[in-house]
Amino acid sequence: MKPVHWLVVAVLIVVTWVSFAFLSLDLGLLLTADARAQMWKYLVSFFPPDLSAEYLARIGYGTLETIAISAIGTALAAVLGLLLAPPAAGRFGVVARAVARLILNFLRSIPELVWAALMVMAAGLGPFSGTLALALHTAGVIGRLFAETLENTPPEPTQALQLSGSRATLAFLYGTMPNVVPQLVAYSLYRWEINIRMAAILGVVGAGGLGQMLYFSLSLFQQRQALTVIIAMLVLVAIVDGASAWLRRRLVA
Amino acid sequence: MRTEAFVIHLRDPAALPRLALTTLIIVLLWPGLRLTEFDLGVLFDPRNRETMGKFIATFFPLATSAEFLRLLLTSTLETLAIATAGMALALLIGSPLALIVTRSLSISRIGPGRGFAVGRMLRLPARFILMFFRSIPEIVWALLFVRAVGLGPAAGVLAIGVTYGGMLGKVYSEILESGDTRPTEALLEAGGGRLATFFYGMWPVALPELVSYTVYRWECAVRASVIMGFVGAGGLGQQMELSMRMLNGGEVSTILLTFFLLVVLADAISAFLRKVTA
Repeated sequence: MKPVHWLVVAVLIVVTWVSFAFLSLDLGLLLTADARAQMWKYLVSFFPPDLSAEYLARIGYGTLETIAISAIGTALAAVLGLLLAPPAAGRFGVVARAVARLILNFLRSIPELVWAALMVMAAGLGPFSGTLALALHTAGVIGRLFAETLENTPPEPTQALQLSGSRATLAFLYGTMPNVVPQLVAYSLYRWEINIRMAAILGVVGAGGLGQMLYFSLSLFQQRQALTVIIAMLVLVAIVDGASAWLRRRLVA
Repeated sequence: MRTEAFVIHLRDPAALPRLALTTLIIVLLWPGLRLTEFDLGVLFDPRNRETMGKFIATFFPLATSAEFLRLLLTSTLETLAIATAGMALALLIGSPLALIVTRSLSISRIGPGRGFAVGRMLRLPARFILMFFRSIPEIVWALLFVRAVGLGPAAGVLAIGVTYGGMLGKVYSEILESGDTRPTEALLEAGGGRLATFFYGMWPVALPELVSYTVYRWECAVRASVIMGFVGAGGLGQQMELSMRMLNGGEVSTILLTFFLLVVLADAISAFLRKVTA
């Protein structure tokens, strides 16, 4: 190691120490016999998970709600992104381009969970807020990508159509869109996959789905139900992972 | 109008399949609209609009009172501290597990001895722990820890430590296994111990990649610790949640701006660290 590296290591150690001191954290306190006993009691209260038919039915509904939030949110985002992409790609002049880019950047840089908290205030507790939150954030992500795709598409087919007398809209639909649609569909599906995972946890700020069930059951000290929700989340994510890997293999091969 | 649509239809042989596909998608999404209680009207409900309008109107000007700025500075530092302390904890959890899990460091793997099966049995639970830690999202861990150790930064540090410990352990072992493993093998076969082999055979080759991944994770931890504040795990997020609850738009927009600056700063620091250590 060079002297610079030793310096970096020393600084990092000091920074870490300062962090613990600043938070006045004493993780040793968590290891005292009393704290350990309490933690153990809390941990044990999660078992066994509540697997009664009635609760499983509610979990099933929560899972469906989560999937619906992600699907509708992503679909809305695709539509919104598609509307914002042409101006962001500079099809309507420099001003429109700057404005559209600003909107897309704004939508994208606020995390889903912050959007969710804001939407819960605007539209109340429930899945609708989660849907809007996902739609807004994802629209920013998808819109930017659509815009870049539009910018990189070869202009010749569209020009050929326009030169042979086609209207601008139709030339766009039949000259440009066929080139970009496959990528748009693939990317929207990929975002959907990410959004299912996100929709499962958005509920912790009250935006519906499994997350909201988890939040409620933990607030009501129903740890056994909470464990069931966590298991449902893990299963949902595992299924989505498996399905997407399987589909990818099939589609690519 | 009808004739024009008809003409287009005639010219475009793909129109019917496209129409069918679109209809199918809409039909599939329809139940989703019911499930998500989709109702744009809620947003335009006069009472809602009034509260929201008032709230948004207060977004500007930004809150700049000295007292609030002091509070903001404290929570920003708290967020950075949570991320850093959380990463330290994650390293403590992840590194030893990574060393256990890494197959190319296994001594028993070489020989035909009985240790082979035992070694495999030992790696399995370590792998399971790593998977368990990282597959529960950090915000869920935060929620659990807030209930276990109370509101405040301790929950955030623990949540980052556990989740990122799981990720670090997995990715570290992947990095160690994907590099050139011949020096490791040579050392092990010449009788080197596990740790000595790691430090002389793998460390020199894998270090830059390990460092750059760790720094990247720290950057993620900064963002995550802001988000986790929303469930009460301290830092900037908790402050934002409070300001939202009090419908203080000026404070919310100031915090959002701080959040952007913090993300940019974390990005710059991480780029700098990677350049220095590369």
